[in-house]
Amino acid sequence: MPAARTGPSLLMMLVVAVPVIAALAVLPRLVDLYQTELLIYGLTFAIAALGFNLLLGYTGLLSFGHSAYFGTGAYTVAFIVRDLHVQSMELCILGGLLSTLVISALFGYVCVRHTRIFFGILTLALSQVLWSLAFKFFWVTGGTDGIRVARTGVTLLGGLIDFKGSGSYQKFVYAYYYYVLGLFVLATAIMWVIVHSPFGKALQAIRDNEIRASFVGIRVRRYRWLAFVISGCFTGLAGVLWVPLNGLTTPEILYWPFSGEIVFMTVLGGFRTFAGPIVGAIAFNYLKVYAVASSQYWQMVLGCVLVVLVMLLPTGIVGTLARLATKLRRG
Amino acid sequence: MNTLVIQTLNSVFYAAVLFLIAAGLSLIYGVMRIVNLAHGTLYALGAYVSAWAVGTVFGATAVGNIVLAGQLLLLPLGALAIAVVGAVIEPTLLRPLYRRPEEYVLLITFGLLMILEDVMKLLFGGTPLSAGSIMDSMGSVRIGSLLYPSYNLVVITVGIMAAIGLWWFIYRTRFGIILRATSQDRRMASALGLNVGRVYVQAFAIGCFMAGLGGAVIVPAQAAVLGMGVDALILAFVVIVIGGLGSLEGALVGALIVGFVRTAGIQFFAEIELAVLYLIAAAVLLVRPTGLFGKA
Amino acid sequence: MALLQTVDLKRYFGETRAVDNVNLSIEEREFVSLVGPNGAGKTSLINVISALLQVESGKIIFKGEDITRLSVTERVKAGIARSFQLVNVFDDLTTFDNVALAIFSREGKTAHLATLAHLDHAVADEADRILNQFGLAAKRSDNARDLAQGERKLLDVALAYALKPKLLFLDEPTSGVSTRDKAQIMDTIASVVRGEGITAVIVEHDMDVVFKYSDRIVVMAQGAILAQGTPDEIRKNEQVAMVLLGSSGPDAFTRKD
Repeated sequence: MPAARTGPSLLMMLVVAVPVIAALAVLPRLVDLYQTELLIYGLTFAIAALGFNLLLGYTGLLSFGHSAYFGTGAYTVAFIVRDLHVQSMELCILGGLLSTLVISALFGYVCVRHTRIFFGILTLALSQVLWSLAFKFFWVTGGTDGIRVARTGVTLLGGLIDFKGSGSYQKFVYAYYYYVLGLFVLATAIMWVIVHSPFGKALQAIRDNEIRASFVGIRVRRYRWLAFVISGCFTGLAGVLWVPLNGLTTPEILYWPFSGEIVFMTVLGGFRTFAGPIVGAIAFNYLKVYAVASSQYWQMVLGCVLVVLVMLLPTGIVGTLARLATKLRRG
Repeated sequence: MNTLVIQTLNSVFYAAVLFLIAAGLSLIYGVMRIVNLAHGTLYALGAYVSAWAVGTVFGATAVGNIVLAGQLLLLPLGALAIAVVGAVIEPTLLRPLYRRPEEYVLLITFGLLMILEDVMKLLFGGTPLSAGSIMDSMGSVRIGSLLYPSYNLVVITVGIMAAIGLWWFIYRTRFGIILRATSQDRRMASALGLNVGRVYVQAFAIGCFMAGLGGAVIVPAQAAVLGMGVDALILAFVVIVIGGLGSLEGALVGALIVGFVRTAGIQFFAEIELAVLYLIAAAVLLVRPTGLFGKA
Repeated sequence: MALLQTVDLKRYFGETRAVDNVNLSIEEREFVSLVGPNGAGKTSLINVISALLQVESGKIIFKGEDITRLSVTERVKAGIARSFQLVNVFDDLTTFDNVALAIFSREGKTAHLATLAHLDHAVADEADRILNQFGLAAKRSDNARDLAQGERKLLDVALAYALKPKLLFLDEPTSGVSTRDKAQIMDTIASVVRGEGITAVIVEHDMDVVFKYSDRIVVMAQGAILAQGTPDEIRKNEQVAMVLLGSSGPDAFTRKD
């Protein structure tokens, strides 16, 4: 076995991941219910950002329309629960992934024929189509009131765990936390393999130099489309997991500023790193919650954070920490 | 027959405002190759500033011809204010990022959008601000058996004048030549001694002025509300996608198409009127990626 | 049968005739230099043959098949690879990853998303071998962005070579580097190409390099082929000397320093 293989060290990755997962697993015992619930939100957004960053960080495509897939996942669950009277969360996940697959395949096909600004505008326009449908067809989608998805209406693990009866809120938060945590770990592992696979390398090549990529034999448009679909599905899964927690889905998660928040999260964490989107999503969640709680002008607060971020810390939290670590190691 | 005329006028009225917004956005992109996500918010800010100026100076109940004249003269103040805002934004927030990948500029304009939306909330509060007294004072004209607000005709005129004015400015003045040269080849322009920095801030200010003007002219007809900027930006994008980024004719044609489709949409298929617009945009992008008149 | 044959190949840009009725044939294992003044159409010709530019009219026959309608990736799969005048590599991937990617692509493995790239030892070994051949082994773990210009040019060539092409086009592989690096780069390229019998067409301005390595020299001017022949024949061709150097005579091609 030759020395110094280029490539991520599985050992290094486990050294980082295992303590983090352990800490996350222990957390609900240490903090109150509200904080646990908050972290579940953070984890769902982390899955969304993870998916989004496959396109931005690894393929070089900035989408301003990822709210479409989050919203598709969420509304699919709402429809399944309300209209099909299905309670199993697993079936909801399946349904949500399926619908997101279709939508992202369709939208992706249209969008990847363009790059840069046009790509972004197109993703935005298409997500707005969905928003306007959700908004206008109120007799189906509940319009601005949205559709409620009560936690008492869902079951986990094929019906093994349900949330009816007293004490169900606490039970729900605990059970759902571990459920989402498990899926989060799974999603992260899958994404990790994808970006370190030959396919992942091909995406990065396309990002760095699409002309050269085609001259090395890579079918650029097709690979962009594949990345788009995978990205959309991850974000769709996030939407699916978000709905029972939130209890409600409204057109707001299809509206383009939410797409902007997904971008914000990813940039906050650092879009040129693997862990950046995860860290950024969780951090942004806390940031937004506290900003909203502390001021009615929370949007301005977040806007200032973004401006400072872009100007002074463009590599985000994880990126900046990584650079500091390199400097410390050298100095 | 009369309703057809009214509908047409409505479409052109709507298109006039859209043109102002879209032309500004397109101009900025054409010269500087950046898309300002806060452009719609600047339009909203223009509306708010104009409404506030009219309301403060004249009060809600002032009437009379002199008052009307004064109010109308005050409207462009909103546009000028936005131009100033733009002239401040470009050198401070945008210029440091030109060397970086263009995604960063897009991101910072998104941050700007968030900031400005709340600045408007801070300055003007959550209640809609209106300059409706202007529209009332101007009364209506008779079109066949129907009445049509005279103010709308003023707006249409402003739109037409703006289109002509911009065209003349870009293609017939020295500054316009400088603008076009810089947009085609920034390094070359700089090598020829043109102060690119100054051209950029001027172009940006003009683009912002257009957005502000759009807000200023709409506010007598439609009160300034929070969130109008975000909605307007999407429509401006649709206009530009259809007409082509960086093209003046494109902004005009795109605005007219959107104006007419919207009016027809509201008449015939109100639920999906918006969706139809977005789908048209997507369809145009599929068939003619750079828009009807666009440059790549 | 020639490996590559262009038939009345034309590509115009409005009035300018970038490729003007070019009939070029390349035999297997030949080392051909494509020379000519700036604007002669050398890069345009390569761009058309490699599908970066579309053909206006004419045909391109490769291995006996008409490839005129094929896309870039299809031509790559058919066996044509190229390097670029302005370096085109994957800046944010390591040197190793750059070459490994080309190999993955050649092997059709880039669709694999469920396996880890660095666990493919066959690809890794071959990538290391290629890096060694091109003298880039020391920079294996550096990002391509951080390489010196000469190394970047070599990487550009290595990327094309890693595709194991039947026909390799190198567009000014030594431009923009110091004289010493130039020699080193050309030696590396020549030894790799000749050693494995790869058919190569090189665009070059340095006539010393051209005379030293070429089997055949094709001289272009104003989009058309002016002359072609062995180095000796070209050396004696007065018309060529006029076009390339502005003067003729037996000493025209001798360096006067």
